[in-house]
Amino acid sequence: MDFTLDKRHLLQQQLYRSFAENEIKPLAKEMDEAEAYDMELLKKLQRYGFFGIPYSREYGGGGSDTLGYTLCMEEVSKIDASTGITISVHTSLCCSCINQFGTSEQKERFLRPLIDGSKIGCYGLTEPGAGSDVQGAQTVAVKDGDNYAITGSKIFTTNSGFADICVVFALTDRSVPAAKGLTAFIVDLKEMPGITVSDNIQRMGLRAASNCIVSYDNVRVPADRVLGSVGGGFKIAMKALDCGRIGIAAQAVGIAQGALDEAIKYAKERKQFGRPITAFQNSQFRIAEMQTKIDAARLMTWRAAVAEDNGEAFGPLAAKAKLFASDVANEVTRFAVQLMGGYGYCREYPVERAMRDAKITEIYEGTSEVMKMVIAGSMKLK
Amino acid sequence: MKIIVCMKQVPDTAEVRLDPKTNTLIREGVPSIINHDDKSGLEAALRLREQHGGTVTVVCMGPAQADVAIREALAMGADDAYLLSAREFGGSDTYATATIIATALKKIGFDLVITGRQAIDGDTAQVGPQIAEQLGIPQVSYAEELRLDGNSLIVKRQFEDQAHILKVKMPCLITALTELNEARYMSVAGIEEAYDKEIKIWGFDDLKDDLNPDWIGLKGSPTNVFKSFGKQPKAASCVMEGLSAEEAVSEIMKKLIERHII
Amino acid sequence: MCKDIYVIVEQRNGVVQKVSYELIGEAGKLAADSGEEVVAVLMGYNIAGRAETLCQYGASRVLVIDHPVLEQYTTEPYVKAVEYVIRNYEPNIVLFGASSIGRDMAPRVAGRIHTGLTADCTRLDISVEKYQDYLRATTTFTEDVIAKLDTEDRSLKMTRPAFGGNIMATIVCRDYRPQMATVRPGVMEMPEKDTARKGEIIMVDAGLTMDDRNVEILEVVPNDKKEVDITDAKILVSGGRGVGGPEGYEPLKELAKELGGEVSSSRIGVDSGWIDKSRQVGQTGKTVRPNLYLACGISGAIQHLAGMESSEYIIAINKDATCPMMKLADLGIVGDLHVIVPKLAEAIRAYRAEQKVS
Repeated sequence: MDFTLDKRHLLQQQLYRSFAENEIKPLAKEMDEAEAYDMELLKKLQRYGFFGIPYSREYGGGGSDTLGYTLCMEEVSKIDASTGITISVHTSLCCSCINQFGTSEQKERFLRPLIDGSKIGCYGLTEPGAGSDVQGAQTVAVKDGDNYAITGSKIFTTNSGFADICVVFALTDRSVPAAKGLTAFIVDLKEMPGITVSDNIQRMGLRAASNCIVSYDNVRVPADRVLGSVGGGFKIAMKALDCGRIGIAAQAVGIAQGALDEAIKYAKERKQFGRPITAFQNSQFRIAEMQTKIDAARLMTWRAAVAEDNGEAFGPLAAKAKLFASDVANEVTRFAVQLMGGYGYCREYPVERAMRDAKITEIYEGTSEVMKMVIAGSMKLK
Repeated sequence: MKIIVCMKQVPDTAEVRLDPKTNTLIREGVPSIINHDDKSGLEAALRLREQHGGTVTVVCMGPAQADVAIREALAMGADDAYLLSAREFGGSDTYATATIIATALKKIGFDLVITGRQAIDGDTAQVGPQIAEQLGIPQVSYAEELRLDGNSLIVKRQFEDQAHILKVKMPCLITALTELNEARYMSVAGIEEAYDKEIKIWGFDDLKDDLNPDWIGLKGSPTNVFKSFGKQPKAASCVMEGLSAEEAVSEIMKKLIERHII
Repeated sequence: MCKDIYVIVEQRNGVVQKVSYELIGEAGKLAADSGEEVVAVLMGYNIAGRAETLCQYGASRVLVIDHPVLEQYTTEPYVKAVEYVIRNYEPNIVLFGASSIGRDMAPRVAGRIHTGLTADCTRLDISVEKYQDYLRATTTFTEDVIAKLDTEDRSLKMTRPAFGGNIMATIVCRDYRPQMATVRPGVMEMPEKDTARKGEIIMVDAGLTMDDRNVEILEVVPNDKKEVDITDAKILVSGGRGVGGPEGYEPLKELAKELGGEVSSSRIGVDSGWIDKSRQVGQTGKTVRPNLYLACGISGAIQHLAGMESSEYIIAINKDATCPMMKLADLGIVGDLHVIVPKLAEAIRAYRAEQKVS
């Protein structure tokens, strides 16, 4: 058991950290206020390989692993959680589906441009009436000769405002439960007639990230765009979310660490009653608690990542990491704002943004309640 | 075109302090980085390679820990790398350092050598020109623009009050300013590739046929450190109240003159 | 036997640079301690007329190397000329200005001669007693360490900053001659000019030819004023809320011009549209570390201090004696910047006029 990062991972961490500090930090506040992601920054992220970290170099990826990807998620989310989710949805939802279930032809055609940095991906599962419970899904794909015609609406599709490719889930058989009737398709968001992408949904946090409603009106999709087997979509969707949760856990760790670092920096300089705030034992104890929780969350996240890299079962580990880390992120960011007092509440400082951003980590890619279902389910309690 | 970039791993100087008791450097906890000017030199080399083909070889003299800086250079895109590392090289001043590096460069072979103007730890700006001298090739230092023109380079060479556009035939040596360009980051795939590559480590034995042992290391260095010490501790701030404008101006003038600001 | 202290004079377009006079002055002090003479080496084209002035500033002799290949500075002909002087005159010490010319030429000379060179010195000593006094005044060395130094030591002790100025190091070159150093401009004292002083002027033929130039000068471009980058400025005159409005920056600009620096600002000036964003210092602006940061009417919010606290020397002018900037500043002046700043610019102008050298 070795808890130290090896040299490759350390060098990656250096890359992610310096990129986040130098390239993302100057834009983060501005993007949050504009509620739009900076496209030049997106291109830079693509150029340096941020969108293909754990995938094979053969396909133009970074050739790293899930652990390396979590390091990226933590470092960028320390500075800007919106960048985190932009990378995460692309990497661990969209690309992982194609990587695991795509044919070699599909990989060549769709995965390569996604991971070599030329295209951006997204993932369409959630519907206005179906979130954690897929049973309520309404989007259908009707077979029509060699094609499928997709009709329906997907909400909260991250990256959809600028993504090129979407892995979308639709019911090909309404006579059976969704778990058996759901099929995954690879669609071109920008090119296929019948697809409409709404304006950015106005949200509390992650405001720089693109998150829209994608409507499908009789969208003709060739049969060779079916990912995996017809009716095998549910398994694909759930597997992707398992992967995604590791990224979200890392994102939560980053949000927490970034906010705590910022608050400590401030509190060391800010004097009240003649002493820096950090000189008060109450502050010290609280900071110590927060850092301990962040460290624990990080270790759980790395544990899940390494399990995935080693080919072990990692679903419950990922669920525990996300459950814990997202809770820590909310607690720590609340504390960070408190430690900074009135200034923490001001938009001039990044901690209020971190606090708004933290909330979603308890909600998306499975709520904390769903995480508990997954964890309990793995414990054979019934 | 075979380009060699000479590079140094340096401590991030802003954080370096001297132990007041022992008068030795406290390097603990100070991150090591690729020297800024050298990184710009590497970037210039990579751009020349992208435009005109060829190879970029990194040469670094230092302890085994310089491995990290070299991997970073490889991850930015350098083709291969040499680490010159030996006990005999330790304590070398600029003359001795240039002697060792020039010897290695002759053995490796090159069309163009790029170094940074100066390293942020020593700030001497001497090693580049001294390598050129030992190689017997022309140098252009303080380069802020650079392009290839056939078998020559066109270089914008910065002075305090003007710049010269110079044409210099290769082989030659250029010392790069940070202003030359904005260096790229490593790429994720580049990091993996960097660790697939082998860094050639050359010690004294690898160079000894062409290296006079009396001219290298601490003993072979013409200059030696006599004493080193920390900067005078910062005086407590001096706040002056109730001065007339004239008195205030004269207090400020006193400080400006004392500190050679005017 | 190597003898005398040689100063490599720097001229640009026929104008002798101030640092050369400073070096002649410093060399004179060293020569007095070592019983040697000061020799200036003047290189250029149609330059001999400048030699006399060098004597008036204190050179006992001037070696003049006058050749068309030296009209514009390029490395090789100048190196060759200095090499000729060193080989034929055998100086004990050779000093260069630590300018972009001196720092290009000196290392190459040292390499060719095979001797030591110390870069960017800020202090030179031959006398051990004077060096000991310096250590006593500025370091934490204990008296027994200082007293142990050999007072008979006649080598040149060359002191220079390293590690970004965090550390000072004194370097010696015991076994090789000449002892060579480049010296930072503006550090050594400017000597008095004495028009009655005469010296020997010697024309030297260093055997230069036009073929010595191994680079071709295609073009000489005057310093094109690029977009201001306040992070490059050695001196910043910075304004905050106290300047009061866009017109409040005018006297600051005037002062910056006198000081050879740039104007910068705290956040308020930028947010209020008084000054361009590129000049903002602080967490959301730029991080600067100039030699002098003159904070005018800046109270010093934490995010501003974070952007400038590493400045080498900080002067604050503010009405509020208790504001954070006053605590950070090396010198704090409680007063009205609108009165003090213009007067300061005036005082600098007057001082410079007084110091002006022909």
